[in-house]
Amino acid sequence: MSGAGGAARYADVTAGATLPTVTYPVTRLSLIKYCGASGDFNVIHWNERVARSVGLPNVIAHGMLTMAQAGRYVTDWAGDAGALVEFGVRFSAPVVVPDDGTGATIEVTGTIEDKLDDNRVVLGLTARSGEEKVLTRARAVVRLP
Amino acid sequence: MALNKDYAGRSFPATAPYEVSRVKIAEFADAIGDPNPLFRDRAAAQAAGYPDVIAPPTFPVVVAMAASGMVVRDPGLGLNYAMVVHGEQRFEYSRPLHAGDLVTAQSTISAIREVGSITMLTTETQIRTMDGEHVCTGISTLVERGEA
Repeated sequence: MSGAGGAARYADVTAGATLPTVTYPVTRLSLIKYCGASGDFNVIHWNERVARSVGLPNVIAHGMLTMAQAGRYVTDWAGDAGALVEFGVRFSAPVVVPDDGTGATIEVTGTIEDKLDDNRVVLGLTARSGEEKVLTRARAVVRLP
Repeated sequence: MALNKDYAGRSFPATAPYEVSRVKIAEFADAIGDPNPLFRDRAAAQAAGYPDVIAPPTFPVVVAMAASGMVVRDPGLGLNYAMVVHGEQRFEYSRPLHAGDLVTAQSTISAIREVGSITMLTTETQIRTMDGEHVCTGISTLVERGEA
């Protein structure tokens, strides 16, 4: 599987270890697809005129689309997309998506914060878009084989 | 405009049954750009021990939408949706959703807090099968920014 590894095993995981950084692209098309798939059509995710009129720098990505990239990072690393026990984030800055043919990127990095009982592992995550930290207090608990 | 603090603690009705479908899971996985075969390939999902294709970890928002929609659209709450950004989101999972699940979502406003010019609305949404089995709880904090 692509991304941060795949098929992690509890016995092989070391607390304190840092996982590779993975970069995910986000374009205006991503936002439109996510509007349709999620049912969240808030205008700030697709209408630049309205986004600017409410004080935003441009159209911004859905927080949940950013969280989905962090989720993909975790499930690609774990190797089992159903391994999550808990998953939480704070959206500290918006992912601003310009209409420039390139869009934005979200860079995700993880650290093994702790090993718990019952084969559970705590991952601390960071996500950046350009210079901005877009997720803070991002944390996932996964159950590994 | 400030939110109506009397709404803190208020529970909303459970949604009509929502059937999790393979097509919707695949559409959602495409939209988030995640090529994982467990979201698309029934045989791969079954080989991994699931009854059918499973949904990505953030898919429960799709199911929760009807329930959280009752909260944000309640005229008595007074939320200005164009001024809303998502502040925090957390999930607690008993298991992943999978195609064929028939579930309902039910929301409760757990807190309304004002911090300076912003107001934070925290909603907890339980997703259960029609038999009452807990699948996932989503805890969402929306932030209504002050006037621009």
